[in-house]
Amino acid sequence: MSSLALFYSSITKKIILALAGLFLITFLLVHLGINLLLLLNDGGALYMTAVGFMTTNPLIKIMEVFLFGGFAIHIILGIIVQVYNWMARPVRYKVEGYSHTSFFSKYMIHTGAIIFVFLMIHFNNFYFVKLGWVAPPAGLEKEDFYQMAILLFSSRFYSIIYLILMLFLAFHLNHAFQSAFQTLGLSHTKYTPFIKFAGTAYSIIVPLGFACIPAYYLFLK
Amino acid sequence: MNFTLKIWRQKNAKAKGKFVTYKLNDISSNCSFLEMLDILNEQLVLKGDEPVAFDHDCREGICGTCSLYINGHPHGPDTAVTTCQLHMRKFRDGDTIVVEPWRAKPFPVIKDLIVNRNAFDQIIQAGGFISVNTGGIPDANAILIPKEDADYSMDAAACIGCGACVAACKNASAMLFVAAKVSHLALLPQGKAEASDRVQAMVRKMDELGFGNCTNTGACEAECPKQISITNIARMNREFLGAKVGSQKKRVSSGGGF
Ligand code: FES
Repeated sequence: MSSLALFYSSITKKIILALAGLFLITFLLVHLGINLLLLLNDGGALYMTAVGFMTTNPLIKIMEVFLFGGFAIHIILGIIVQVYNWMARPVRYKVEGYSHTSFFSKYMIHTGAIIFVFLMIHFNNFYFVKLGWVAPPAGLEKEDFYQMAILLFSSRFYSIIYLILMLFLAFHLNHAFQSAFQTLGLSHTKYTPFIKFAGTAYSIIVPLGFACIPAYYLFLK
Repeated sequence: MNFTLKIWRQKNAKAKGKFVTYKLNDISSNCSFLEMLDILNEQLVLKGDEPVAFDHDCREGICGTCSLYINGHPHGPDTAVTTCQLHMRKFRDGDTIVVEPWRAKPFPVIKDLIVNRNAFDQIIQAGGFISVNTGGIPDANAILIPKEDADYSMDAAACIGCGACVAACKNASAMLFVAAKVSHLALLPQGKAEASDRVQAMVRKMDELGFGNCTNTGACEAECPKQISITNIARMNREFLGAKVGSQKKRVSSGGGF
């Protein structure tokens, strides 16, 4: 069988897409944990320790490869699947979209695209700076993520964009979590209600956690 | 009751189709949707016009021949019924009703509201059966089947292959249909023997025909006249993953069966 993703069966593609998605979901928790350290009143000491660990630990370095791989796979397969789906209905209905469906499931490619744009901005602000591809803001070291983050969040515009993005992230996650389990075939009369509940809870709590930080800078500072 | 109908008219597979508006008056609320179309067609014939072509056979919700995408719903606004079981009392007097054929690349329009659903036959031919050689009738109790399994199997077997799932899905995915066909066999001991080959062959055929990928929106389950559940899709994913990962390399010389 060809190793080209295009030639994988629809279900194989979706299973890989789901696994990559679940991996990104776990990563999001780690990211949130570190971000929340920004709210501590210690001048960024603990935050920088965590960032230092994440940028130098060899095990994390290996995980970083998986992480980027996970993003790439999730994005590329997501687009391939979507393009096939558009092609499967060349002539559209005049009246459509009235069937009862889970609302957010219909907009995964759109919410995904918005998250992707933000991801690029995010890379530009941090990761590329670390790599030396992009110059750090004036007066800052290229490793000084704490000051960079503070600088970004003190911009009203950025904070508002960030808050809006979290809303879209929530929409994406809301369908993603339980959908991934369904794709993996993990549907069970006893556990599925719990998975659905956990997915909804996750999609609210995690983006809310991220949103705390810009909200703090917007309203409390 | 009076209605304004906007119906998709297309001479043949090649022709460019368009919506044509018809006014229909004095329709009984007890009329079925297909009877309403019959009345329209009688009037068209009397006027010397070409009647609207639509699929139908049993007219009691068991054969899966009728179709029609009515006001944004396959089989119309009612739940758990086919178009032939839909009644005009489900609409309001004076309503405008838009009637379209199923829209999916593997279901090309043949004429007006009739589409070619041969793609489903091809999927069944790929593996939606059990290879039973002839012989005596086995004793009914020789193979024990748990009641639960039999019930779940029967639920899946209720699929009449009408294609409403494909029509409803925003991705024109046939996963609910294929999942139902995979499930009703995979749940029973007689079907288990070939389960691994079956699921792979049927999915391969489904992809080849150009159906979309399921994104778990649940529209199919909501519109299915037989209320087939998407837990069948999860079962098929499970079967497929197990078959792909767990199956051995094929023996070259094996005869019979698949
Ligand atoms: S005509 Fe047989 S199901 Fe409608």
